[in-house]
Formats: sequence, structure tokens, C-alpha cells
Amino acid sequence: MTELMHFPWLSIVTFLPGAGAVLILLARVFSRGEDKGYDAAVRLLTLIVTIATFFASLFAFAIFDPAAQGFQLVENLPWALGFSYHMGVDGLSMTLILLTTFLTPLCILASWSIEKQVSSYMILFLILETLMIGVFCAMDLVLFYLFFEGGLIPMFILIGVWGGQRRVYAAFKFFLYTLLGSILMLVAIVAMINIAHTSSIPDLIAFAGRAGFAPGVQLWLWLAFFASFAVKLPMWPVHTWLPDAHVEAPTAASVVLAAILLKMGGYGFLRFSLPMFPYASHFFTPMVFALSAIAIVWASLVAFRQLDMKKLIAYSSVAHMGFVTLGIFSGTLQGIQGGIYQMLSHGIISGALFLCVGVVYDRMHTREIAFYGGLVNRMPVYAAVFMLFTMGNVGLPGTSGFPGEILTMVGAFQINAWFVVAAASGVILSAAYALTLYRKVALGNIENPKLSAILDLDGREWVTFAPLMVATLIMGLAPSIVLHFTEGAAQSIVSAYAGGATP
Amino acid sequence: MMSPMQDLIASWPHAHPEELLAGFALAALIVGAWGGDKLFGFLCNLAVLVLFGAGAWAIYDAPVAPVELFQGALVADGLGVFAKVLIAWSAGATLALGADHFSKTKEQRFEFPVLVVLAVLGMFVMVSARDLISLYVGVELQSLAAYVLAAWRRDDARSSEAGLKYFVLSAISSGLLLFGSSFVYGFTGAIRFDAIAAALHEGAGGIGIIFGLVLMLCALGFKMSAAPFHMWTPDVYEGAPTPITAFFAAAPKVAAAVLMARVLYGPFAAITAQWQQVVVALSAISMMWGAIAALLQTNLKRLMAYSSISNMGFVLMGLACGAPEGPSSALLYLALYLPASIGIFALILAMRREGAAVETVADLAGLAQRRPWMASAWTMLLFSIAGIPPFAGFIAKFVVFRAAVDANLVWLAVLGGIAAVIAAGYYLRLLAAIWFAPATQTLAPASGAVFVTASAAALLSFPVLVIALGVLEQSAHWAVGRSF
Repeated sequence: MTELMHFPWLSIVTFLPGAGAVLILLARVFSRGEDKGYDAAVRLLTLIVTIATFFASLFAFAIFDPAAQGFQLVENLPWALGFSYHMGVDGLSMTLILLTTFLTPLCILASWSIEKQVSSYMILFLILETLMIGVFCAMDLVLFYLFFEGGLIPMFILIGVWGGQRRVYAAFKFFLYTLLGSILMLVAIVAMINIAHTSSIPDLIAFAGRAGFAPGVQLWLWLAFFASFAVKLPMWPVHTWLPDAHVEAPTAASVVLAAILLKMGGYGFLRFSLPMFPYASHFFTPMVFALSAIAIVWASLVAFRQLDMKKLIAYSSVAHMGFVTLGIFSGTLQGIQGGIYQMLSHGIISGALFLCVGVVYDRMHTREIAFYGGLVNRMPVYAAVFMLFTMGNVGLPGTSGFPGEILTMVGAFQINAWFVVAAASGVILSAAYALTLYRKVALGNIENPKLSAILDLDGREWVTFAPLMVATLIMGLAPSIVLHFTEGAAQSIVSAYAGGATP
Repeated sequence: MMSPMQDLIASWPHAHPEELLAGFALAALIVGAWGGDKLFGFLCNLAVLVLFGAGAWAIYDAPVAPVELFQGALVADGLGVFAKVLIAWSAGATLALGADHFSKTKEQRFEFPVLVVLAVLGMFVMVSARDLISLYVGVELQSLAAYVLAAWRRDDARSSEAGLKYFVLSAISSGLLLFGSSFVYGFTGAIRFDAIAAALHEGAGGIGIIFGLVLMLCALGFKMSAAPFHMWTPDVYEGAPTPITAFFAAAPKVAAAVLMARVLYGPFAAITAQWQQVVVALSAISMMWGAIAALLQTNLKRLMAYSSISNMGFVLMGLACGAPEGPSSALLYLALYLPASIGIFALILAMRREGAAVETVADLAGLAQRRPWMASAWTMLLFSIAGIPPFAGFIAKFVVFRAAVDANLVWLAVLGGIAAVIAAGYYLRLLAAIWFAPATQTLAPASGAVFVTASAAALLSFPVLVIALGVLEQSAHWAVGRSF
């Protein structure tokens, strides 16, 4: 067992997809041309690499001990400038890594219909996976930043090359918006390293618990980190890049954006803002609550009026992320557990919903809601699958959407009841827009003659949706399986926050 | 006190790289006059070897403590070694590109390697200058060779214009340098850097010193092409033949930046508070103006000119710090930035279609579909120079930001961050052309020299320099620790 513990599992999980990317790159350099057979081989190789990564992460998960305190599977090598290659996981990051490795093979399956520059696409996707996993493993501030910002590069190209009509605009907006937010965080990172004389995340958390950053400094550092994470999450009013990016991105990139990249914002709040700047987090809680409540109500109302399916789901993401921030900044165990749960559940459900849109988009090449209607007549299986994920999005008990919402509201209620009243109305609004979408797309009679020959899910799509359906139901019916794993991490965040919330 | 002859003999072993360069330049001149232009290929190859050899020899001969040479005119120290390696190796890479390019365009004149080596010799003198005279001699040797190189295409109007413009404006800045030096000499009574430092320490000077220092800073800012003394840069970059532009964008920047470090942190260390304001202003204006003006450029060489102005602003941010972390961060910045700059110019050189060179952003359209290897190299190098992690260019910006925050220049670091975001805008425009635009016409395949240079530069940007950062950091630290 100890042998297994000292094996660099996290590096393997992180860099396995990257190694796959290098392999495809080398194959391209040395191959004479790209034809159909070559593309098929690249797709298959990518799928195999991502599945292998998933199994490697399952191995790491098996070794991981949820009862133990602190970070596990730690790797620490000195690098340069006083920084180190320092990897480690706790319950929070382990579950997010699993989410990432679980969804990526499904994304590759969903990308099977990509015909243009297949090897570039797959290389970028694998690099993206490496960077996403790295974000959750990094235990050094600078290493974290390398992975965090590096993720912009493949996503920029993925949106810009394989996206929809306004893809170039969306790619630029996505890149520059998030870069501006992150540059401020970079300056704050530099300042933190200067003050605390360490860049190791566990040491910084310990430093915050011992002496801590001076309250006045904390407010500035918190704001700089907030600038980055609020854009990433995204929070109202800095969410405007998200509808553009989500709508224009190819299906699989939308899935990754919604399911994983957004979670980096929430992860950042939990890993940095709360434990390292408890005073500032406490100070700014009313602001975050207000922004969250506005996001929930306002984004739900905007979602209700959308004509484009992807845009509707994008706005519903903004609303759901409002619950995440509400829960996280309550600083209570229920709230933080709920925030983490909501992130995981949203990762699965919104990813699945984007895949649902992708299914009909692949067939009809439009995402306009008015184009569809009565799909249940021609595609009964699809309608059932779509139904399940719509219910998950509404937060119906029994699906994974419910425990997260209820826990965040219970947590936030202990801090401020009024904001929870506003948030709860968002639950009703989410039912309004999600069910309306479902009615318009799936129910009724087929009015549009173009839909008369549309085909139901094929085998590949079945394989893509089945794991997501299972995960939605399991997380809905037995939430304690996940909560058990994240409890230790949530508990330590709560105690770090409670220890320093009042100077 | 040693006699001049004894001094010469004692100094000789500490100046091997310079002697190698001078020996090669003089011998090549004679051989070339004899053999003519058919020796072009041979002399270029030899010059590349000599340049890489000079860099390696500088490392091999690295002194433990600073050694004064030639009656105190020059000094051999860590800073000089670090700078010489960067200068010689980047000049060697650009010379190899030039040899390849000129043999294609049938402009094989044997003076090319000679002039490049002479310019490098001038830069070696600049980075080891220890008094005002050798400083000036170094600057002039470098500049005179550079004027001729800029006007290399005698019968091409743009190239001649570039050479003339460079010459006139550079002569003015040399005048400013001399004028400033005369002020400094007049008010301290010394030309040796240590004597100036001692005089200032004892409270000599006053307003006259400030005048002299500001004039010298203007001249050095001109050589570094820092805004607002950058006006010549876009025209010279655009007009000069591309391999020569690549050369201008690399080695002379190192020489000017290191010379500035030497002047500011050596003789004028006692009046840091006075020069700091000037350097901070140069840095802020260069970063911002370089980033904003590049947004509207369509010619790649002009765009790279503004990009280098902006990057010099970041180097100046390091130099502005006033503490030893400052110059060491500036050195690291240069070392991490140079591969990306040289690599991008190599890729611009490779932009040929139907035998003619093309150099606008639109000519990159569809590169990702037609030339995937070139597109990958462009992508890596552009993200590196834009300072996006995990590439070396990001580490460079991080290092100067850290030095600036250390020196309580947080606002300058924030301004640099904003400039980096604006600059990312135009690098992304190039990437959009490469990846997103539909392919129109295909560029010709890259030659071997370009392939090797650009691949090496891309691999240095990531992952080689990122992983080997520790070695680089220690060398920079050592270089600065052994010098000030």
C-alpha cells in the first residue's frame, strides 16, 4: 500500500493526455498525409488515452483516503525561483478530477462527427484535459496559475476553428475577458508570495491560520482573486463572455466549458479566497450574496426569453453558479458541501444538456428552439433522455440537481434569510424556463416538415448518454456517497474560514 | 602600478572571446577581399561557429570576481558573461538565418558575416564597459556596423531609407550620449565608473549630474528603442532585409539593456531615486505605446517592431527596481524573450510564395490547414511572446512583476499587466489568421535553417527553458551578484 502511495499518480493522471497529444503530433509530423483512415485512427487513439486517464484517476481515487486530514498523494520537487512542482489532492480536488476524466472520453465520443482538421482537434482536446486536471492537482500558486491560464490557449483555438457563425468574435472575447481577470490575480499572487515568503498552497493556508495577511491587504488580494474567479465562474455582471463562448463553441467544447472550466472559479474560491482571506471573505459576503441572488433571478428570467437552445442553457448555467457562490460564501458546512455538490451535479447535467443540443444540431444544423417541436414522435428515446436531464436542471428531488440546491440554501439561510428567499424563487423560475424549453422542443406534434425524417439516438450517442444518466440518478438518490468524500475538505475550509473571519 | 605593456599582457587572457571575434573579423576581411563573394557561404558558416564559440568561451572563462582589463577600460564580470552569451548565441542564430536567406535571394556579399561579427564585438565592449570612453566606443562600433547592415539592399529604396534613417537618428542619440557624458565628466571629474560612483557618494554633482544622466538615458533608451525614443524602430525593421531585422531585434537589445544596467547600478547607484523616475516613465510609456500602436499594424515586421518596444518596456520595468533583483530579473527576461523573438523572425523569413517574400498578417491565412508544422511553431512562439503560461514568456513577465512588486512599484506591475492584455489582442489577431481564416494561397515550404531555428526556439519556449529555469535563474543571480 505504501508503495502505491508513493507512486506519482497525480503526475500520471495529469500528463497522460498530454503524452497522447505529443504522440499524435509526432505521428502527424512523420506521416505523409491525412486521410479518412488516419483520422479514424486519431479518434480511436484519443478515446483510448482519455479512457486510460479515467482509469488512472480511478486508481488514484481508490488509494485516496477520505478520512485522512490534509492533502494526499503529494509530489514535491523543487523547480526554480523558490517555487516547486508540488501536486496533491484533497476530497474537493479529487472529485473534480474525477469529473474531468469522466467527462472527457464522453466529449471525445461526442466529437466523432468532427471532420475538419481532426488531429489538431484531438491534440488540443488532450492538452486541455492535461491543463484542467493540473489546475485541480497543483499545490503551488505559480504552478496553479500555469495550468489555470494555459487552459485558455486550447479553448481559444477550439472555439475559433470548430465553432459556429460568430466563432472568432466569441474566441477573442473569451480569451481577453478571462485574461484581464487573471492578470490582476497574477499581481496578487506575486504580492502574496512576497508577504508570506512561500508559494506552497498548504503553507499559505497554514500562514493564513497563524498570522494571516493584514486585513487591509486581504481586501485587495481578495478583490484581485475575485476578479479572476468571478469572470471564470461566471458571476453576474461579468458573465457576458459565457453566452457567446458557449453558443459558438463546438458541442464538446461547450460541455467542457460548462462542466469543468466554470468549476475552476468555484474551486478557486474554496481553495484560496475562503481559507487564505477569511476576513475579506467575511467582509464581502453581503456583496457576493447580492450578486448571487441577482444572478439567479436575472439569469433565469433572461434564459426564459432565449430563442437559441444553447444560449438558454448557458444562462441557466449562470443561474446555477449563483447557487454555488451563495453556498460557498455562507461559510457553513452545509453551504460549502452544497456548493461543491452543485458544481459536480451541474458539471454532469449541463454537460449532458449541451450534448442533447448537440444531438439535434448534428442532424438539423440549427439550435433555434422554434425550428423544433414534437421530437417525441420521431425520437422517443432522445425525448426520455432529454427529460431526465431537464428534470435534473430543474432540481427535481431524485436527480443530482436537488441536493446541491437545497444544501446551499440551508447553508445560506443561516447567514441571511432574505437572499435565500430570492434564490428560492430562482428554483421556480428554473422550472419555468427548462420545462418550457422541453415542451417547445420535444412535445406536441411535428409541425416542421424538415423534422419528419429525423432519426433517434444511435449506438454511439447511447454510449455517451448512459454514463451521464447513471451518474445523475446515483448522485440524486444517494448523495451521501459524494458528500462523504468531500466532507473532510469542506470541514477544513470551514474551520480555516471561521478561525479568521473576525480579525 | 603596472606598465601599459604589463597591463596588456595581464589583460589578454581575460578577453579571449573579444580577441576571437576581432581576429575573425580582420582575417575574414582580408580573405574576402582576396576570394570575393564566392566565399560567402564558407565565411558565414565559420562566423556562426565563431559566434557560438565566443559565447561558450565566455562561459568557460567566467571570472570568479570582477577583473579590470586594459587599464580599467573594460571589466570581465558575471554580468558581462551572461550578456555576451546571449548576444553571441542570438547573433549566431540570426547569422545562420541570414546566410540561408541571402543565398536564396542571390545577395551573397562576403561583408555580411564580417559586419555582424564587428557589431557583436561592439556589443561585447558595450556590456563590459567600465568607463565613459569605452562605453562610447562600444556603442559606435556596434552602430556603424548596424547602419551598413540596415542599408544592405543598396538598390532597394526601403532598405536605403532604413539605413539613412537609422544613421541620422542614431547619430543624434550618439551626440546626446557624448553630451551627457561630458556633463558627468564635468561635474565629477572622472570617466571611470568607480571614480564617478565614489565622487557621487561624496556628494558631488547636483543638477549638472542629473542633466548628464538624463541625456545619457535618452541615448541609451534610443539604442534600446524604448518609447518615446522608438520612432526609428518600425521603419528600420520594415525596411531592412528580414534576417537583419531579426538580428536587430535580438542582440543589440541585450547590449543596450545590459549597458543601461551597468550605468545605472554602477556609477549612478548613489542617485537611484533620481534615475528611477526616468526609467519608470520609459518603462510605462514603452509597454503601453508598444502594445497600443501594434494593434493597427498589418505588416508583420512593423508589428514585431512595436512588440519589441513593448517588451523592452518590461525589461525596463526590471531595471527600474533599484535593487539587485532588478537587473537579474531583466537578464532573465531577455534570456526568456530572445528565443521567441528569433523564432518568430525565422518564421517570417519562411513566408515566401512563388519566390517572393510576403509579410502581412493576411498572408498567414489558413496556415494551420496547409502547413501544420509552421502553424504549431507560430502558435507556441506567439503565446510565449504574449506572456501566456505555461510558456517561457510568461515566466519572464512573472519575474519582472515580482521584482517590481518587491520594489514597491505595484502600479507599474498592474500597468504592465494591462499592457500585456492589450498586446495579447494583436498576437491573437495573428493566431486568428493562422487558425481561423480560410486558406487562400499556400506558403512555400520552410528551408532547413528556418525549420531548425524555429523548432529550437519553440522547444526552448516550452518546455526546455521552463523546466531548466533553475539553471537560468542561478546564472542570472550569479551574474548580478558578481557584478554590483
